[in-house]
Amino acid sequence: MPAQSLLQFTGKSIYCAVADAHIDPWIPVDRAIITHAHSDHARWGSKHYLAHKDSEPILRLRLGQDISLQTVEYYEKFVINGVTFSLHPAGHIIGSAQVRVEYKGEVWVASGDYKLENDNFAKPFEPVKCNVFITESTFGLPIYKWQPQHEVMTEIDNWWRQNKNEDKASVLMGYSLGKMQRILKNIELQDKVIYAHGAIYTLNERLRQAGFDLPELTLVTKETDRKLFRGSLVLAPPSVDSSTWIKKFAPYSLGYCSGWMALRGAKNRRAVDQGFVLSDHVDWPDLNTAVKESGAEKVYVTHGYTSIYARYLNENGIEAGEVHTMYGNEDENEEEEVVQDISAGTEAYQQHKESLDEEITINSKSTIKSPQQGI
Amino acid sequence: MNLDRTNKTNAKVELMKQYFLTASDEDKLWALTLFTGRRPSFKVNRTMVKEWAAEEAGIPMWLFQESYHSVGDLGETISLLLPNNKVDGSDRSLTEWFRYLGMLPGMTDEEKHDHILQAWMQLSQHETFVFNKLLMGSFRIGVSQTLVVRALAEATETDSNVIAHRVMGQWEPAGTTFEQLILDKGENDNASRPYPFFLAYPIEGDVSGLGNPEDWFAEWKWDGIRSQIIYRNNELFIWTRGEELSTEKFPELHFLSEILPNGTVLDGEIVSYMDDKPMPFNVLQTRIGRKNLSKKVLEEAPVAFLAYDILEANGVDIRGLTQQQRRVELELVHQKAPSQLVFNLSPLIDFKEWAVLRELHTLSRQNIAEGFMIKRKESTYQVGRKKGDWWKWKIDPLSVDAVLIYAQKGSGRRAELFTDYTFAVWGEDGKLVPFAKAYSGLTDVEIGQVDYFIKRNVLEKFGPVRTVKPELVFEIGFEGINESSRHKSGIAVRFPRILRWRKDKKAEEADTLEALKGILEMYR
Ligand SMILES: [Zn+2]
Ligand SMILES: [Zn+2]
Repeated sequence: MPAQSLLQFTGKSIYCAVADAHIDPWIPVDRAIITHAHSDHARWGSKHYLAHKDSEPILRLRLGQDISLQTVEYYEKFVINGVTFSLHPAGHIIGSAQVRVEYKGEVWVASGDYKLENDNFAKPFEPVKCNVFITESTFGLPIYKWQPQHEVMTEIDNWWRQNKNEDKASVLMGYSLGKMQRILKNIELQDKVIYAHGAIYTLNERLRQAGFDLPELTLVTKETDRKLFRGSLVLAPPSVDSSTWIKKFAPYSLGYCSGWMALRGAKNRRAVDQGFVLSDHVDWPDLNTAVKESGAEKVYVTHGYTSIYARYLNENGIEAGEVHTMYGNEDENEEEEVVQDISAGTEAYQQHKESLDEEITINSKSTIKSPQQGI
Repeated sequence: MNLDRTNKTNAKVELMKQYFLTASDEDKLWALTLFTGRRPSFKVNRTMVKEWAAEEAGIPMWLFQESYHSVGDLGETISLLLPNNKVDGSDRSLTEWFRYLGMLPGMTDEEKHDHILQAWMQLSQHETFVFNKLLMGSFRIGVSQTLVVRALAEATETDSNVIAHRVMGQWEPAGTTFEQLILDKGENDNASRPYPFFLAYPIEGDVSGLGNPEDWFAEWKWDGIRSQIIYRNNELFIWTRGEELSTEKFPELHFLSEILPNGTVLDGEIVSYMDDKPMPFNVLQTRIGRKNLSKKVLEEAPVAFLAYDILEANGVDIRGLTQQQRRVELELVHQKAPSQLVFNLSPLIDFKEWAVLRELHTLSRQNIAEGFMIKRKESTYQVGRKKGDWWKWKIDPLSVDAVLIYAQKGSGRRAELFTDYTFAVWGEDGKLVPFAKAYSGLTDVEIGQVDYFIKRNVLEKFGPVRTVKPELVFEIGFEGINESSRHKSGIAVRFPRILRWRKDKKAEEADTLEALKGILEMYR
């Protein structure tokens, strides 16, 4: 029998049999090592969790205050049944880590999600030498090449400024965890008061309580005087654009920060006024840089354009395999991360429901119905 | 001008207006050429362009194709793949670019390669995209002609009806100037140029809401092709709605050049017509889109023109006359023509009370009509869809409200989106019974929203099919309904399509199988 590989793709996690530990498991397990707190990586129900200490506030917020969670620093080694683990900066979001696994001289690294550019909040990515590198490929196509962060941030600054001149609110959508902190750390804060949707507000408060240097946000409530939104910046998760919540900001301009905004089609489908191409995942050039710098002789590709990137690597002299059992799921993309963003999701859904209820009562009251509908 | 930056109509018009105010006349003419879909062809082979781009991007062809598949637009794909660090780009004007591209047709492939690459190397990403669109595009910029006309009218301080008329018809940038086309006062009017169609609004509420019946004309609403027939300078032109010159497609109507006086423009409907009466649209459909109209086709689907308006008489634009006055003119023209079955007037319905009209309306299907057109006797002939003077009162299509229960991804440009849907109605046992699949009928924005919902509400997966949480309700229209033992519902509908998204309805409020069977009973 051939020797079992150090890490295996079970379809439910990246599994280390020797240590009996799972990296980012999709089902409840005994021992889960979590790369970062996005909910497609950190899931409910495991007995024990291990993660970087900066992930703790969010993990507890999302998975429950009383989960059994051990935290470590970057580079801190911990040994389970002879296997040496350590976490290394992935630069994706606060607390995000690559997991280095060493056993009998062989080194594997599971990247989780990562980006190379320093976002001034998460600790920047550091390449880790390894034999086998497991990489994400969310934007693993050569069409994805990000502009430098400061350029995008300047675009946001200018957009806000222009809306302010026109006395409009600037409603900026993006993922509550990661994107929003990155924005807050890099744009010019033109007002003292920045408004936020509940999902973002809660996260921001939690991070501030944990001691992170983030500006204070103001929660948008039913009672907030609508006039105050004129010229202001309002931060919102991506699910709000189809909800009634957003109506209260009128007149407003709607912006959306996402890597997917690189494509005109995606931008038009979201029907936003302004798309900002900003992603916390590696683009094509950086993906290739990361693979090269890992020095790995074998690469497994998950999470995105798995088969395409694996083929590309194979043609370029790097042995690569695709892993579709776990993340390589077609519906899995950056946008999915928000679905799991339960606080935002359920709230938007609730609002949608409520608005539906309202409309139905209104409709059933009125007896005048148009007999003809143009087709 | 960056029309991409905004989804807002007014902002787009403003941008275009600014352009028309500041650009040179030559540039304006080229811009109009693009906006009105008249891009000249530069004879480049798309496959070659793809290869050059892949080579320049340093990627293998298969990876280029994968990228193209993901983006869905060739010009955009290339603009994203090319190595790019130019931020400012070029300062060539539109005219200069067209001149640059105009050199291509005479070149060898190698020269074309160098010529195109040289442009790519000078341009920023967005400019490369626009350049590629000029080069190979279907140039769709997300602005309708109406908006272009509005912007141009505002910029030149000319009446928008006049502008709308002037940009229509056959013209090429090479054969005219901006001055001639837009600013001249009619003398250079091109003989083929049609008038913009006046379109009706769906009637709101009961027809009696229109007030005194004596103020109105009513005609059957024919199920054909809205057309304008122009006879000027001894030449006949037939335009169909959607601004297509279709003279060749209707040889039966060419005899009109012998009977219409010079300087006549008629508005009406081309319908298929047999044994002295109109036929359903699907008969006409058999000959639309055919390149060769064989004798057989002409025999099986002959057409006639049912005229209902006259816009120009003796070379004079009479759109400013009232509907009633124009009807008199129209009847005059018709009377002078020798009696011809294929040139008819759309008859006016005789009614003194709305109740009579309401009664007759129920007979629409028998009359192969879609309902009524109701036109104010005092109204002028306007441009586009305007509320108030022309109303359409259509018969109810066969339709039910159904729940979206399965979804599948589309193909091609929409490969990443769930666009193929299966709909269900409530069965007697309180379960949803699928009865129709439909693909079309939603706007791009709605497709995006539905896709967004689906991706977040998948219950199960069977191969490519997703079971979706039953929550979204759509009104599904269809052309016919039959019994079917092959379908779980016991019913098969013909040509189902989405009429609209009933955001106002909850799944529980969708229709029942019983209701569907009721429709079956009615139309059996
Ligand atoms: Zn992530
Ligand atoms: Zn992820």
